[in-house]
Amino acid sequence: MSKHAPEPVSIFDPRIMGPALVEALKKLDPRDLWRNPVMFSVEIASAITLVTFVMSLSGANREPAWFTGLVSLWLWLTVLFATFSESLAEGRGKARAASLRQSRTDVTAKRLDKQEFGGSYTTVGASQLRRGDLILVEAGEMIAGDGDVIAGAALVNEAAVTGESAPVVRESGGDRSAVTGGTTVIANAIIVRITANPGETFLDRMISLIEGAKRRKTPNEIALEVLLIALTLVFLLVCANISPLSIYSVKATGQGAPVSLTVLVALFVCLAPTTIAALLPAIGIAGMDRLFQKNVIALSGRAIEAAGDVNVLLLDKTGTITHGNREAVAFVPVGGHSEHALAEAALMSSLTDETPEGRSIVTLALTRYGFKAESVPADAVTIAFSADTRLSGIDTGGKQYRKGASDSVVAFARKMGCRDVPGELREIVDRIARAGATPLVVARDCEILGVIDLKDIVKEGIQERFLQLRSMGIRTVMITGDNPLTAAAIAAEAQVDDFLAQAKPEDKLRLIRENQEAGFMVAMTGDGTNDAPALAQADVAVAMNTGTQPAREAANIIDLDSNPTKLLDIVEVGKQILMTRGNLTTFSISNDVAKYFAIIPAMLLSIYPQLGVLNVMHLATPHSAILSAVIFNAVIIPLLVPLALKGTRFRPLPAEKLLIHNLLVYGLGGIVAPFVGIKAIDLVVAAML
Amino acid sequence: MNRYEWLQTLLLFATLLALVRPLGRFMARVFQGEATVLSPLLAPCENLLYRICGVDRDEEMDWRRYARAVVLFNLVLVVSLFAILMLQHLLPLNPQKLPPFSWQLALNTAVSFVTNTNWQAYSGEQEASYFTQMVGLTTHNFVSAATGIAIAIAVIRGFARRRTSLLGNFWVDLTRAILYLLLPISLGAALVLVSQGTIQNLTPYKTVPLLQPVRYDKAKLDGRGVPVTDATGKPVTESVTAQEVTIPLGPVASQEAIKELGTNGGGFFSANSAHPYENPTPLSHMVEILLILLISGSLTCTFGVMVGNPRQGWALLGVMLFLLLVSFAVLQWAETGGNPLVADLGVSGANMEGKELRFSLAGTSLFTVATTGTSCGAVAAMHDSLTPLGGMVPLSLILLGEIVFGGVGSGLYTMLAFAVIAVFVSGLMIGRTPEYLGKKIEATEMWMAIVTVLVAGVVVLVLSASAMITPAAVASMANPGAHGLSEVLYAFASMANNNGSAFAGLNANVTFYNLLGSLAMLLGRYAPAVAMLAMAGSLAGKKYVPPSLGTLPTDKLPFALWLTLVILIVGALTFFPALSLGPIVEQLTMAGGT
Repeated sequence: MSKHAPEPVSIFDPRIMGPALVEALKKLDPRDLWRNPVMFSVEIASAITLVTFVMSLSGANREPAWFTGLVSLWLWLTVLFATFSESLAEGRGKARAASLRQSRTDVTAKRLDKQEFGGSYTTVGASQLRRGDLILVEAGEMIAGDGDVIAGAALVNEAAVTGESAPVVRESGGDRSAVTGGTTVIANAIIVRITANPGETFLDRMISLIEGAKRRKTPNEIALEVLLIALTLVFLLVCANISPLSIYSVKATGQGAPVSLTVLVALFVCLAPTTIAALLPAIGIAGMDRLFQKNVIALSGRAIEAAGDVNVLLLDKTGTITHGNREAVAFVPVGGHSEHALAEAALMSSLTDETPEGRSIVTLALTRYGFKAESVPADAVTIAFSADTRLSGIDTGGKQYRKGASDSVVAFARKMGCRDVPGELREIVDRIARAGATPLVVARDCEILGVIDLKDIVKEGIQERFLQLRSMGIRTVMITGDNPLTAAAIAAEAQVDDFLAQAKPEDKLRLIRENQEAGFMVAMTGDGTNDAPALAQADVAVAMNTGTQPAREAANIIDLDSNPTKLLDIVEVGKQILMTRGNLTTFSISNDVAKYFAIIPAMLLSIYPQLGVLNVMHLATPHSAILSAVIFNAVIIPLLVPLALKGTRFRPLPAEKLLIHNLLVYGLGGIVAPFVGIKAIDLVVAAML
Repeated sequence: MNRYEWLQTLLLFATLLALVRPLGRFMARVFQGEATVLSPLLAPCENLLYRICGVDRDEEMDWRRYARAVVLFNLVLVVSLFAILMLQHLLPLNPQKLPPFSWQLALNTAVSFVTNTNWQAYSGEQEASYFTQMVGLTTHNFVSAATGIAIAIAVIRGFARRRTSLLGNFWVDLTRAILYLLLPISLGAALVLVSQGTIQNLTPYKTVPLLQPVRYDKAKLDGRGVPVTDATGKPVTESVTAQEVTIPLGPVASQEAIKELGTNGGGFFSANSAHPYENPTPLSHMVEILLILLISGSLTCTFGVMVGNPRQGWALLGVMLFLLLVSFAVLQWAETGGNPLVADLGVSGANMEGKELRFSLAGTSLFTVATTGTSCGAVAAMHDSLTPLGGMVPLSLILLGEIVFGGVGSGLYTMLAFAVIAVFVSGLMIGRTPEYLGKKIEATEMWMAIVTVLVAGVVVLVLSASAMITPAAVASMANPGAHGLSEVLYAFASMANNNGSAFAGLNANVTFYNLLGSLAMLLGRYAPAVAMLAMAGSLAGKKYVPPSLGTLPTDKLPFALWLTLVILIVGALTFFPALSLGPIVEQLTMAGGT
């Protein structure tokens, strides 16, 4: 299947850089910027230095005008870099939202008066549709709004939403009834009951989410901001404290000059956690964007971060852990029949069976027992599988071939006149079932020939993923409708930590509640309407886009690819967002050590020449030292933008090892890097001054 | 360090570590309402007290009620102590006929003792009567220590309990802390001190003839007590010969024991634990250091036991012990190195100025780091006379926020605030919503932790800055320049962190320091206390998240190291500029030979 998932646009693409710069300048408006208090304080600081610079032009300042001017320039750049990183992160989303908007332009709908095909309708604009309206959508028309198919079935192209070009079937009843506004019906006609008012549709929500317009700060982000604001306030006081202390020291020693306002402001901005504060908004936006690149729409940032905390993953067996289709792997004859005879009967019984299981039986018989691919005999009568008989097969050439559940086939054979059922049958059937496979008994008329071993094939590499999850402290629970015996065998093969067999919707809900009671964060995936209650209860609920409307409404994350293993990617992005924040916070604060060593000796040198020994970097002059620190503080922001947007690399390690690793990289690195950086900048600055 | 000093140091820490576990577990039993060895004796007294005061021992309080009880109770205590100090001349047990305190000194002293600071802008033997010392000050040594312990216990309950709003009953916790803990230990310790020669009596001060009369010059005063100046403005002095000396006496041992045990630090005499009547022998010296560290150290164990994982307590104790030992090593190294300027004058060896020879250099260093790492503030040496780097050690220990063992109770809960911040940042770094002891750390917890950790620092920064631009405050400084600045910094650090020791050299009994100091002590005591109770209230209501592989263990070495780093970084970033204008430049100047 061809995919044209949203193509990743490089952030250095001029189509993104240009508008981002304009947007960054707009964001300098203090009425917007105060939402980021740390950067807001830097803007005030920049404004103060600007005023000081203007005043110093007329010689009213202790510092030379060029120095104050340069400090002011770089402080303004610091603020600008911050707003630019945010608008850069938003840029990609904006470009995508614009393309989504195009698919929503002025659609008309046929509003039906009654629920019947061919009934009378009025043509209305999409914006006039309200919840509960019925619309008729015919081949070639675009569906005007979100809704449920209540009559008919149609082939729908959902590329506009999912990027998936292969059309999907949408039909009334069952788990495939939901349609999304903006998608196109390719064949047949359906009647849709609208479920969302204009402006509240999936596409609308998606656009606003991608644009970041509705982005609210997550609880975690708020807690981090508390820390950053407090640090900023303390550093403000630290700088305010230096002034009187230096005034006193000048009086006491009778030499030097008190620290000037320009230097104090410069020190304040250098110490304030500007690096993390500048990149904080970009980190969250970029996280959602990364998920979108994986075709996952998170309906809130909170949901992604909660995914990072998940302790328990509930996974549907089918499609996630196993391939979903069972495959025939062996024929086991009974009652003295040959394997060959059994294979032939099995082949015959499955000739018209179009289910994946049936086809796998045909394939096995053809490949391993050398039968030629036969065309279906003309006189064949297909006996389709039904829930009542629980068997299927064909009648041809006067013989009746059947396969099915053990009890049903035995009953069938008895009816056909079978006297004694082979004694070993029960034992073989039990053995296959115990191994997690499905035994299908094959009969030809009154003879029971043997058993087909239908195996649930566990996806390759799934064990490693579960191992990874386990090493991160996440428990996986498999949910299946199978009997406990089969479930246990598959659980053991896939190496999940636990399983829930013969699961009914209320069992899933109870399982989630129990885990939450015990303090765990639970994630689950689902697509059916009967999953909706459990999805609503789960902390992280991923709905498949192919799922029903109730399931999609109950979820807080929607997977456009409908691939249940996506949950693992979501967990990863959730963790990445938090880690990037934590790492950059540590980096930002560790930077202050070097900045102190640059600025403190520089600003107090005239009072106490002894403090020159603290100038461990041997920076050229006090002015070049302070300027270098300010410049480093500014340029580190754009340098770290790629890291903020891509997120710190994720490693599935136990918590303690991960902490040590990140502390070495971002803590120790954060202490060392500015020493090197400031020294390098000073060499350049000193040469230019 | 000589062999005796090594032995002294090792013995002290071995004894301390041996006592932490039994005492910690004992406290856990006491505050969880379980029976202890002392119950048969004390339970009837306890019940009688509840009956008299009308306290329902089973009625628990949420954090608001608990905090209100703490604050109102302490307010009443300030007012009553203020009254005693102002009415001292009318009250009994005043053989020296001492006059009342001035109102601002009384306010400062009342606040000081109720907040467990025991900053002394007065001189005990010259200004406080026996009644004041016993009923006024010693009482508060017990009550203020018990208040701190009660708050710590309530905070521990916040971490330990699940899905409740209740943190315990303040009156019960307070009563138990005094009855089962402070009184018995103080009683025993006072007897040990008396055995060493610490005095305990109510007799008037003794006047004895000097073996050798002393002649000295004394400023001449006019009739109104104002110094007489000559034509050039210089004070006129007159020569006096002293034939006899007045020796202050009093009920010292009873105050001395609780002064150390409750990390109060307010000495009976102005010379505090350097005075031979307070601290006569090397043994009494070691006992006093042990008492200072005992309860704060043991509370970490109580914490571990009450939250159900003793290792959590050991991790905190490890961090405290590490910081204490490093401080001790730096101080000892700086003092052993001595002063090169004095060495140039032909006086070689360690810096012994301001130290008592009977305690040895290491003994003095141990006392100094113990008394400043905890919020005790008793002194056995003049901190002002330490080398600049050596003096920076006690100053830094105070500025870190009194968490290196810290004040009884307050040391633990302030350390827990640091742990919450450390957990928060490290939690983010491993990609999880941070959790400590199974409780999620969110915005409320962060606010409260930050208030707890930073309020004292903010007070120090603001008040030391205002002192530097207030002429009246500058006039109080006896030493100009960097050393004077260190003294002011030390004074506000000491008050805001409820330590109470002084760098001396600063006349603190002036309106500026008395009033702003009272403010600093109040903010430094009650802002963290209320904030931590609020945090406990929020935590107690949360559900417990069981640990998994993805949870950062907070009882292992990596986290302990990270916590240590966070403490040092917060401290260094807040105070590096101020310190560089004080002790750092002073040390550089001394090393530079000027």
